[in-house]
Amino acid sequence: MIEVKELHKHFGDLHILKGITTKIEKGEKVVIIGPSGSGKSTFLRCLNRLEQPTGGQILFNDEDLTAMTDSQLYAVRERMGMVFQHFHLFPHLTIRKNITLAPVKLGLMSKADADAKADLLLTKVGLSDKADQYPNQLSGGQKQRIAIARALAMNPEVMLFDEPTSALDPEMVGEVLELMRELAEEGMTMVVVTHEMGFAREVASRVIFMDDGKIMEENEPQEFFSNPQNPRLQEFLSKVL
Amino acid sequence: MNFFEQFADKLYSTFIEDARWTYLTDGLKTTLIVTLFAVILGVILGFLIAVIRATHDKTGKLSILNFFAKVYLTVIRGTPVVVQLLIIYFVIFASFNIDKTFVAVLAFGLNSAAYVAEIVRSGIMSIDNGQFEAGASLGLNYPRTMIYIIMPQAFRNILPALANEFIVLLKETSVAGYIALTDLTKGGDIIRSATYEAFLPLIAVALIYLIMVMILSGLVSKLERRLSKSDRG
Repeated sequence: MIEVKELHKHFGDLHILKGITTKIEKGEKVVIIGPSGSGKSTFLRCLNRLEQPTGGQILFNDEDLTAMTDSQLYAVRERMGMVFQHFHLFPHLTIRKNITLAPVKLGLMSKADADAKADLLLTKVGLSDKADQYPNQLSGGQKQRIAIARALAMNPEVMLFDEPTSALDPEMVGEVLELMRELAEEGMTMVVVTHEMGFAREVASRVIFMDDGKIMEENEPQEFFSNPQNPRLQEFLSKVL
Repeated sequence: MNFFEQFADKLYSTFIEDARWTYLTDGLKTTLIVTLFAVILGVILGFLIAVIRATHDKTGKLSILNFFAKVYLTVIRGTPVVVQLLIIYFVIFASFNIDKTFVAVLAFGLNSAAYVAEIVRSGIMSIDNGQFEAGASLGLNYPRTMIYIIMPQAFRNILPALANEFIVLLKETSVAGYIALTDLTKGGDIIRSATYEAFLPLIAVALIYLIMVMILSGLVSKLERRLSKSDRG
């Protein structure tokens, strides 16, 4: 589904991504871990070109994202959901409008269909009673569940999660991870940047360890955690586990 | 004649005699018309300039338009509005027989646009970049993100500053007399020169401005309260 070839990213003189090559198949749950500054968030943000790569290719269903015009790119983004560390809900809109805005304004659904879909998604994330409230009336965990619902409203083919629980109070991490786990079980293709090792171990179909702008190791979680090969990964795991 | 009789006499000669109060009502009408249309022109043009400037700041596009916008802002904000008014009337439209109200609307609108533009731009730039990214990640292109996500939030943030600009504009139109347009101030001044009595007409003019400004301020705080609904929590 997504094929990344020799991806490079520079910020001025800083070389953040130093040639990433990997493939994400439909239905895979890829979890990316690594120390901060390793480039894992930048890598994720390149996948829907929120960051502009400075070299290499990203193929989404065989279409090259790096060679697209802006309007083609926006059409691709409709099919890639993204969840941010800081939620980025639209504070001026009710929860329901947060969810229906994009599908309605992009002409993908009628207002009635979008509202019905929003109700369905709100039930799924367990927040049906919040439809007419505003984001600032919600807790962090609730905001993130709404942000996930908002992304799902577009019927994306893949969901990108950029440290979705890092900004949450500890007692709210569980509810968000639980929702992500459900999504995974339903077969959603997911790419998740996270520090939640438990989630990586239990939900991932593949875990990627990034350090210094490169993929140092990738493996299925059992082998990845019990038998790490790369010395940097061994060191990292010994610190976080 | 005692004080009250004198005062009543002055009231009569200032406002009633020869229907002089019509200078104030007609003048007020002109002031309101000029302010209203100047505000409309200022807001439309100001938002356009602000979007050009903010788009340039955010994306690096539109550099030529941005250059002209910057020149415009520098010139308009760097010269007094009276001088702009005089130039538009006596230089640009010198050889045309043109409606003075229209000239005033144009001058005050063009002037206000420059201030509105900087207010709106600061409002756009104050919105967290994450809002742009959230819009983009949902497939909303830059104009759609601007219209549905950024502008409504920016508008709420800048409402007090914008309202203040309108109030300033209302008061600033009092220099329209420089091109012999009979606005409220000029109307009061005509009464003063007819009756040789300065106190009553000028105080009346001041009171009318004050009341209008207070009404406007009241409306704005009402609107602010409604807009801040989404901030509860």
